[in-house]
Amino acid sequence: MNAITPVSAPLNVSRRALLLGFAAGSLVLASGPFALAAEAEKKYGGEAMAGGLKDDPRIFLSIAEDGAVTMLCNRAEMGQGVRTSFAMVVADELEADFARFKVLQAPGDQDRFGSQDTDGSRSMRHHFMALRRIGAAARQMLEAEAAARWNVPAAQVKAETHKVLHATSGRSFGYGELAQAAAARPVPASAELKLKDPAKFRYIGKAGNKLVDGADITQGKALYGIDARPEGVVFAVVARPPVYLGKVKSYDAAEALKVPGVLKIVPIDGTSAPPGFLPLGGVAVVAENTYAAIKGRSKLTIEWDDGPNASYESAAYRKTMEEASRSPGKVVRKNGDVDSAMSKAAKKISAEYYIPHLAQAPMEPPSGTAQVREDGIEVWCSTQAPQVARENLAKHFNMPLEKVVLHNLLLGGGFGRKSKPDFVQEAAILSKEMGGRPVKVTFTREDDLHNGFLHTVSVERLEAGLDSKGKPVAWLHRTVAPGIGALFMPDPKHELPFELGMGAIDNPFDIANFQVENPEAAAHTRVGWFRSVSNIPHAFAIQSFIAELAAAAGRDQKDYLLELLGKDRVIDPAYFSDGWVYGENPQRYPYETARLRKVIEAAAKGIGWGRKLPKGQGLGIAAHRSFVSYTGVAVEVKVDEKGAISIPRVDIAFDCGAVVNPERVQAQLQGAVIQGLSLALTGEISFKDGRVVQSNFDDYEVLRIDGAPPKIEVHLVPTKNYDQPLGGVGEPGVPPVAPALVNALFAATGKRVRSLPIRDQLAT
Amino acid sequence: MISFTVNGQQKSFDGDPEMPLLWYLRDIQGLTGTKFGCGQALCGACTVHVGGAAARSCQTAMSDVAGQTVVTIEGLSADGNHPLQAAWREANVPQCGYCQAGQIMQAADLLKTTPHPTDAEIDNAMSGNICRCGTYPRIRAAIKSAAAGGGV
Repeated sequence: MNAITPVSAPLNVSRRALLLGFAAGSLVLASGPFALAAEAEKKYGGEAMAGGLKDDPRIFLSIAEDGAVTMLCNRAEMGQGVRTSFAMVVADELEADFARFKVLQAPGDQDRFGSQDTDGSRSMRHHFMALRRIGAAARQMLEAEAAARWNVPAAQVKAETHKVLHATSGRSFGYGELAQAAAARPVPASAELKLKDPAKFRYIGKAGNKLVDGADITQGKALYGIDARPEGVVFAVVARPPVYLGKVKSYDAAEALKVPGVLKIVPIDGTSAPPGFLPLGGVAVVAENTYAAIKGRSKLTIEWDDGPNASYESAAYRKTMEEASRSPGKVVRKNGDVDSAMSKAAKKISAEYYIPHLAQAPMEPPSGTAQVREDGIEVWCSTQAPQVARENLAKHFNMPLEKVVLHNLLLGGGFGRKSKPDFVQEAAILSKEMGGRPVKVTFTREDDLHNGFLHTVSVERLEAGLDSKGKPVAWLHRTVAPGIGALFMPDPKHELPFELGMGAIDNPFDIANFQVENPEAAAHTRVGWFRSVSNIPHAFAIQSFIAELAAAAGRDQKDYLLELLGKDRVIDPAYFSDGWVYGENPQRYPYETARLRKVIEAAAKGIGWGRKLPKGQGLGIAAHRSFVSYTGVAVEVKVDEKGAISIPRVDIAFDCGAVVNPERVQAQLQGAVIQGLSLALTGEISFKDGRVVQSNFDDYEVLRIDGAPPKIEVHLVPTKNYDQPLGGVGEPGVPPVAPALVNALFAATGKRVRSLPIRDQLAT
Repeated sequence: MISFTVNGQQKSFDGDPEMPLLWYLRDIQGLTGTKFGCGQALCGACTVHVGGAAARSCQTAMSDVAGQTVVTIEGLSADGNHPLQAAWREANVPQCGYCQAGQIMQAADLLKTTPHPTDAEIDNAMSGNICRCGTYPRIRAAIKSAAAGGGV
């Protein structure tokens, strides 16, 4: 077994990467001097995650004699810019020159690096303060070393742009000159750290920083999971059961073995429910190249036992969910007395919304490479969940966790799909069958769509009892959707608190009698995380319904929305039933309705709300809090006489608290608008005879450049308060996009779209 | 035996002539800058230049490259300073970056034939290249910036 090597070493990155100063021996400590005080029994945020947060600079930083700084990034890069943004924070507190930062990816090792799960829009939200402490501690160690060499009090020296200066004498040392000795000095205790005054930040909150991977990406040098090529690698694809939980009855490999380059045909055992992240099973074709593997697979004859989900059919299942939504379900939030208020209401309005399954379809399909030897396992891949990937391998091969080395390369998109490392497990199973040769498993795009972990499918039924002015006095929301829980427990029947808490329960609108119910739904395919998760259907239904109520009352949509939000309040999450708030401390993250109001106002102002538009054009608006950030979206649409839709402009207003990397926040929000429009316009995975109907980007259509709005304006609500807890960035932009779009279509045409995707529903 | 050049180097291939160029580049040559996205010429991630024009390498058989010049993202410029590469870096276009090699190769083909494209010409030329992260606004901006700088 090799020692743990920097991630890129087997991939021909220069030897320089091996000369790291990470003091391996001294860093095996499970908790460093900065282990955060566990003052309360209940932990929140990053501290509550397995592995917690680490902030010992010796784990993450190395400074070479020439002053070059190398930083290990412990979170996966999937386009959110975490490698760049983490480095900006550390460089700022370190008083280093960002241009001299090199970022390497930390291998999977939760004990050493802290939690590495990259999901839930929480990498920066959780790590911001830990990263600042890392930079500040290293800076103070450099300052202490310089002061000692000059024999002056530490207070007389000051770090500035990669140097430590002694102002009185005019002397200075470069960081490279100090680094080796400084690394041997004690790491300052947390209480002794002098964090910078945010007014003096040079990188944090500033635009203009270039992506640390920009040069490699634009030259084709950046390495993604699918690009791993360890010595002797062979290539595989897997024929997986077309129906979830189906099994191989029998197969004939004779023709496949005749394909030149095919090396071996290997059956893989499937799993039973609950499947976790384990492979679905099937028959693998291992070959000298991916083409031969794909061609070999096409020559396999396989007889499947389709199993218990053979009759899953989307249209029928929709009816089942609609029926469930029309009867009472498990009450998951209750304020006041909805039944009584409904019965006394002047008028009642109800509507049902349908949001289909979606596939993440990251441009890099799932792919993993593994080598299983007697003394250990080495994996190269792109995953959002390195720890669970390692744990599953250790368990399957009965090996200690530390013998499973995982190199996490760049992710060519994740969107939740790569939180489930089934593809890594497949590669390892095949490597063992190949006598320990490294094997790369690649999902074709068809595999990705047919054997995914899809976004749930849901029916959301909303009922409101209105007073004589059209204002709701009672609100009943029934959310019906098979949940992610079915991955981990047999037939959970209900959505889990983290799904219900994504917009359905934590609904801030000021209505005294309020009830949320969750009727039962069973999963007939693997349901997993998709960017923004349950916020997508919940926000779509709630924000569409409020616009419907506004229309019924003959009111302006934005005015009605703001009025329903009520006067500015800070709502204790406990008011929303279970108080789950994205794993964060509810005291630090209450629902602040003023922040939602402000993003509604900013989006409306941006798009010029209220301006007169010609026939067939309209504006719509929607707002939603998710991942403890607040987003408002306004959309302008144009519908021609045939019903074809174009979207000249979208304004997105966003409040995530203080912004660390405004340039990346803007990019994430532009991307969220595109992805939100994409799912609203054409996104749909459907089933027939238990099988996914769509196969590739011709029938699973995603937004292309010619459908992207010419103008997407991002409005960041300005705040410089870096003491306020941060909000998430990657996901909260998506949920309000689809309802803002259908609300705009209603304004343009008078037609209300309640079922996604929109496709040609407006065609005349 | 099929002979051709890849990024200026003479190559020959005597395997299955139906093998897509994509897998030859990635699995046999180790030129992993060219990406697999769909295998059906639907997404553009695998775009390279064959005979000077953009082509989807996943649907280009090895037999089709006989006598041709193939240029991949690794060979687009000697030093990574093709005007589009520079414009892409300047505008921080990539998010995950996976589709960007294909985007740049497609855009390079566009600027060769249309040095100063209009918005409609950009959308038309680039609509075969999918970006799931949604970098389209910056792709448009970077192409215009490269075009404005001239010298493509």
